[in-house]
Amino acid sequence: MTHAALAPRGGRFKKLLRGKDDPNSPRLSPLWTFVAWLATLAFFAPVAWMVLTSFHQEADAATNPPTPFAPVTFDQYKLLFSRDITPFLLNSAMASILSTVLVLALAVPAAYALSIKPVEKWTDVMFFFLSTKFLPAIAALLPVYLIVKDAGMLDNVWTLVVLYTAMNLPIAVWMMRSFLAEVPKEILEAAEVDGAGLLTVLWRVVAPVAMPGLAATSLICFIFSWNEFMFAVNLTATQASTAPVFLVGFITNEGLFLARLCAAATLVSLPVLIAGFAAQDKLVRGLSLGAVK
Amino acid sequence: MTTLTAPPKQAPPPVRPRKSSGSAAKWKRRVPLLPALIFTIVVTQLPFVATLIISTFQWNILKPGERHFVGLSNFSFVFTDERLRTAVLNTVVLTASVVVISVILGLGLAMLLDRRFVGRGLARTLLIAPFLVMPVAAALLWKHAIYNPDYGLLNGTLNAVYRFFGADNGPTVDWISSYPMPAVVVSLVWQWTPFMMLILLAGLQAQPGDVLEAARMDGASALQTFRHITLPHLRQYIELGVLLGTIYVVQTFDAVFTITQGGPGSQTTNLPYEIYLTMFRKYEYGEAAAAGVVVVLGAFVIATFALRTIASLFREETSR
Repeated sequence: MTHAALAPRGGRFKKLLRGKDDPNSPRLSPLWTFVAWLATLAFFAPVAWMVLTSFHQEADAATNPPTPFAPVTFDQYKLLFSRDITPFLLNSAMASILSTVLVLALAVPAAYALSIKPVEKWTDVMFFFLSTKFLPAIAALLPVYLIVKDAGMLDNVWTLVVLYTAMNLPIAVWMMRSFLAEVPKEILEAAEVDGAGLLTVLWRVVAPVAMPGLAATSLICFIFSWNEFMFAVNLTATQASTAPVFLVGFITNEGLFLARLCAAATLVSLPVLIAGFAAQDKLVRGLSLGAVK
Repeated sequence: MTTLTAPPKQAPPPVRPRKSSGSAAKWKRRVPLLPALIFTIVVTQLPFVATLIISTFQWNILKPGERHFVGLSNFSFVFTDERLRTAVLNTVVLTASVVVISVILGLGLAMLLDRRFVGRGLARTLLIAPFLVMPVAAALLWKHAIYNPDYGLLNGTLNAVYRFFGADNGPTVDWISSYPMPAVVVSLVWQWTPFMMLILLAGLQAQPGDVLEAARMDGASALQTFRHITLPHLRQYIELGVLLGTIYVVQTFDAVFTITQGGPGSQTTNLPYEIYLTMFRKYEYGEAAAAGVVVVLGAFVIATFALRTIASLFREETSR
């Protein structure tokens, strides 16, 4: 069991450069270090190019050969905000944050009922939740579209909130269960023997262990909702469109503004990039549904 | 917490509902679970039932008044349709190549990042960036900033290299038209390799150090150690990566929609995109629903394997 997540962390930047502290792990030879950095830079190059281009003028962006050292400007970002990307970002923020809150409100009690005071056949319930993730979303698009249309809920952020909640709930239940399963059983029993009420147990024993897990779960749900495209593009039109739908306008080649596209792509990816960098150690566990630490 | 390869112990599961508790107590346990369970059933299972029903109708919204029950004929259409067969094949090719290539690259990167080197933490941070870029943004980035024949980074760099060596101009390759499927695959491999690397790196770092030490003492070569110790240890992590990757990559919609729109022709049309076209371009609701049902059945086959693997991981955890 690891409580490393709870430990205070100092020298964050140093840690970033050194990576996971493990003086026993063998060193990479200079040749392989070079290979590792070459591969890293190859993978990072498109991201770097996207960010770099977003700070150029259109004339400097679409050149052949490329001109990476063209003058830097914030014009593209100014243009984006003056040409109404804001409502799209607000819709994205609303759909992602509201659905994340809803997911947690539903998943935390469920995970509690599946780990700390487990219901009978709790593994079956777990697998039911997981099995819904295997249903391809495209197979549900048609009935969802028809129902939403009949209910007059097309182009409404709340429709996305409900769908994103359903999309992330199984993942959240699995993750939260794996975090709650780390609460030491002996301490729970001792607290009950001492006559501590449910709320006291939850607050004093469960919460401190589960908090980092809660943060990681919210992060994963936020990322998946923020990035979702298929439902957003098919179920919204003008009022409730999210950031990925804003980007659809850049699909055609005619009259393309490459620098502005790069600025938009950077801007909409930024929240997830920041959150992901900040919580990279939690990312693995979330992405593998808590099966891998 | 357990590592995935911890040997199952004989001890009984630490948590077990008391059999003797009365029905009131049972319900007290169930209450916190019910909201999530009911929500999930309503939002995910009902649409599937609706899909099943719609799949038995001839229903094209361009021909109102012609909606009628046709039994299973939509399914015979689905199984005989040339376009759908192509879409199935494309889906298999796309998914298999993306998953296999990104697992192999991810394994290589994880092996490198498992060792200490200058700036390892920074390298890891930079490496996960592709996975964090919004998929639609990533697809547009590849389509326009990288693959574009006139000003894309790929041709631009080739051109710069040619000029550096004194040639007039580099080749102008229209990557997406000339190599549509590889173009989509490369952009997806770029996005999914960091995911595989993260999972495999977690696996490598959970490897017990004493076993590796013992292997070194016994004079095993690096290759032998990798084949006989590291690879078997990583097996479950690789399976998990392959299964989770498959589940997500099978459903790829963003990249196809954005980069190629299924083209040229239907060379890159995968099942999700084909169903989308049937629904919102041909308006054949019955056919789209039938194709959806077939996709679910296919997903069910993959899911059976996936659930079995995850169940084995899960059993080890609960039997600790």
